[in-house]
Amino acid sequence: MSDITVNTPIGSEPRSAPITAVGPIAWLRANLFSGWLSTAVTLVIGYVLVRAVMGFVDWAFVNAIWSVPVTNGVAQTQACRELHGSGACWAVVTEKHRFMLFGTYPYEQHWRPALVCILFVALYIVSSLRRFWNWRLIPIWTVTLTAIGVLMWGGIFGLPYVPQERWGGLPITLILATFGLAFAFPLSVLVALGRRSSLPAIKVLCVLYVELIRGVPLISLLFMASVMFPLFLPEGMNIDKLLRAQIAIILFAGAYLAEVVRAGLQALPKGQYEAADAMGLSYWQKTGFIILPQALRLVIPPLVNTFIGFFKDTSLVLIIGIFDLLTAGKTAIVEPSWQGFGVEVYVFVGLIYLVFCFAMSKYSQGLEAELNRHRRR
Amino acid sequence: MKMPSRPTFLRGLGAALLATAIALPAAAQQQPAAPASSTIDAIRARGTLVCGVNTGLAGFAQPDSQGVWRGFDVDYCRAVAAALLGDANKVRYVPATAQARFTALQSGEVDILARNTTWTLSRDTSLGFDFAAITFFDGQGFMVKRSLGVNNAAQLDGATICVQPGTTTEQNLTDWARANRIRFTPVVIERLEDNINAYLAGRCDAYTTDVSGLAATRAVQANPNDHVILPEVISKEPLGPLVRHGDQRFADLVRWVHFGLVGAEELGITTANVQEMAASDARPEVQRMLGRNGDLGRMLGVDNAWMVNVIRSVGNYGEVFARNLTPIGIQRGPNALWTTPGGLQYAPPFR
Repeated sequence: MSDITVNTPIGSEPRSAPITAVGPIAWLRANLFSGWLSTAVTLVIGYVLVRAVMGFVDWAFVNAIWSVPVTNGVAQTQACRELHGSGACWAVVTEKHRFMLFGTYPYEQHWRPALVCILFVALYIVSSLRRFWNWRLIPIWTVTLTAIGVLMWGGIFGLPYVPQERWGGLPITLILATFGLAFAFPLSVLVALGRRSSLPAIKVLCVLYVELIRGVPLISLLFMASVMFPLFLPEGMNIDKLLRAQIAIILFAGAYLAEVVRAGLQALPKGQYEAADAMGLSYWQKTGFIILPQALRLVIPPLVNTFIGFFKDTSLVLIIGIFDLLTAGKTAIVEPSWQGFGVEVYVFVGLIYLVFCFAMSKYSQGLEAELNRHRRR
Repeated sequence: MKMPSRPTFLRGLGAALLATAIALPAAAQQQPAAPASSTIDAIRARGTLVCGVNTGLAGFAQPDSQGVWRGFDVDYCRAVAAALLGDANKVRYVPATAQARFTALQSGEVDILARNTTWTLSRDTSLGFDFAAITFFDGQGFMVKRSLGVNNAAQLDGATICVQPGTTTEQNLTDWARANRIRFTPVVIERLEDNINAYLAGRCDAYTTDVSGLAATRAVQANPNDHVILPEVISKEPLGPLVRHGDQRFADLVRWVHFGLVGAEELGITTANVQEMAASDARPEVQRMLGRNGDLGRMLGVDNAWMVNVIRSVGNYGEVFARNLTPIGIQRGPNALWTTPGGLQYAPPFR
C-alpha cells in the first residue's frame, strides 16, 4: 500500500482524468473522429446539416415576408412571388390563420371556437392527471362537453345560433378525434371481450364487426356515411353530416382498438384468469378488477399509436366536404392571390398536429413508465 | 345475460342479413321520389335556402379570410334567396365535394346545387335533376409557357400534359388526342395546386383544365405574359345550378332568376339604379320585370318585387361576373350578352 501512495501528496484531491480521455472531446474523438473514414463521414454529414439548417433559417426567418398589404379585399402578393421560393411567405398565415383555425364560423363569434379549443385542451390535461382518475371524471366530461356543444351551436344564453355546416378548422378536428376515441375505446373493450367470449353469437357478431370494418378503408366508410346512407333514409329526414362522419370514425376506430385490446387480453398468463375464477369472482368482477387493468397496461404503446393515427386520420373528412383543420388550410390557398404558398400553410397546420401528437406520445411514455414501475424492482 | 336459444338466434340473424343484402341494392337504385311538398314551401317554412356549393374554387365559391362565402355560384344562391325570401343573406351553404354533390341534392340535404356542375344528358335524366339554366359557358383548354413557342393545340404532339385524374378533363383530353391523332404523355396529379406547381416547375409542357381555371392561374403569376392560353377549346362545359326533378315551380324560379339577372344587364338595371328605375323608368319591360306592372312575380310564386330584391342584393349578371370572375382574369368571352359578338347569354322576354 505504502509504495503506491509514496509519490502522492497526502490530502490532495484525486485528479480528474485527462481531458482527452473523458468529457465531450473524448466522446467526439471516440464516436465521430475515430478514423479517417469516420472523420470524412462526420465532416460530410456536418456540412450537409449546417447547410440545411442555414437554408431553413434563411427561408423561414431571414428572407421571410410576414405580411402583405390588402387592397379591396385582395391581397397584394407580388412581393412574396418575387422571392421565388428563397423565403417563406408567412403573410398567408397572417392573413388566413383565423380561417384555418375556425373555418367558416362567423367571424365576430370566433371567440367561441377559440374557447372550445381551450376547453378541449383543459379537458385533456385534467383527464391525464391521475388525481382525477375516479368518478369525478364523468361529471367533468359531461359538463365540459355540454359547454362545448352550447358554445359551438349557441342559440341560448344570448349566443346566436350557428348551424353545424359553418363549423370548421381546429374545433372540428378536436371534436372528431375526442368523441371518436372517447366512444371507440369503451366499444373496443367490449368487442375485444366479446371476441374471446364463449357465447358463439356474441363471438360471431364481434368477429364480423371487426373483420368487416377492418376490411375496408376509412375513406370508403366515410363515403358510405356521406353518400349512400342518406339515400336509405326516408324523404325529408337528414342526419347531420358531421354526426354521420363521427359515427363512421367511431366504428372504424373501435374495430382497430378492439384488436389492440385483444392483444393485451391474450398476453395475460392463463393463471390470472384461473386465479380470479378460483377466488369466486363473477365474470364482470374478474374482468374489471383483474384482467383489464393488467391487459390495458400492456397495450399502452399500441393504444397510443392508434390514438395518434386516428387524430390525424380525422383529416380524411375532407372528402365529404367538412372543413377540418387540414381542409381549411387547403381551402385558404385556393384564392388565386395565395395560390402557390402551400408549403407555408402545410408547415403551420403540421405544427399544430405535431403539438397534439407529440404531447400524446410524451404523456404515454410517462404513463407507461409509471404503470410499469413494479416491473423494474 | 340470457340469449335466445342458439338455432333461433342464428336463424334470425341470417334472415336479418339476407334482408339487408336484398334491401341495400334496391335502395341504392331507387330513384329519388318527387318531393311530397313543394320545395318553395319547404324553404319558406324553414326561412333559409340550403345551397350546395364547391368546397373551394376560386371565383365560383370560396370562403374568404373571414369565412364568408363569396363567388359566382354563391351569388346565384344569394339571388335565389333574395327572390324567394326577400333577403339574400338567408342562405346556408353546404360545401359538397365532387363525389358527394349529387347525393346531397337527391337526399334533400340541399335545395339547390350551385356548384359549377356541367349540364349533361345523363345528369339531367337518369340522376333525376333539372338544370335550371346555363349561368357560365366554360370549356377545357390548354396553357403553355410562351417560351415554348406553341401557338395552337395541334403543335402539342409529343408533349407532356399535366392533368387531374378522375374528372371529365382527363377523358376529354384522351378523346381529343385520339380524334386529332396527337400523342402525349399525361402527368396525372391529383390536386389542382400540385398540378399548377408541376406545370410551373416545368414537369410538363402544357397544363389542361377548364379555361376559367387556366385564366385564374395565369392571372396570379408574377408575369402572366409568360403563359399563353391556346385558342382551342376542346370540350363544352355549360355550368349552371340544378334542382331535383319533379318540382317545376322551384326549377322555374331558379331559371327565371338567372334570366332576370341577364335581362337586367340588357336593360341597364344595376344595384345603384334599381330603386330609381323601379319607381320611374317608363319602359314597359322594366316595369314588368321590376314588378310595377303586371303580375310576373306572383306567377312564379314569389313577391312581385322579386327582381328588385335580387338586383339590390347581387346586381345584374354583368355585375356578378365583374365582381367574382373579372378579378381572377376571366374574360366575358361566350358569357357576354347575345348583343355582343360571340356572346351567348340570352334571356327570354319578361311578359
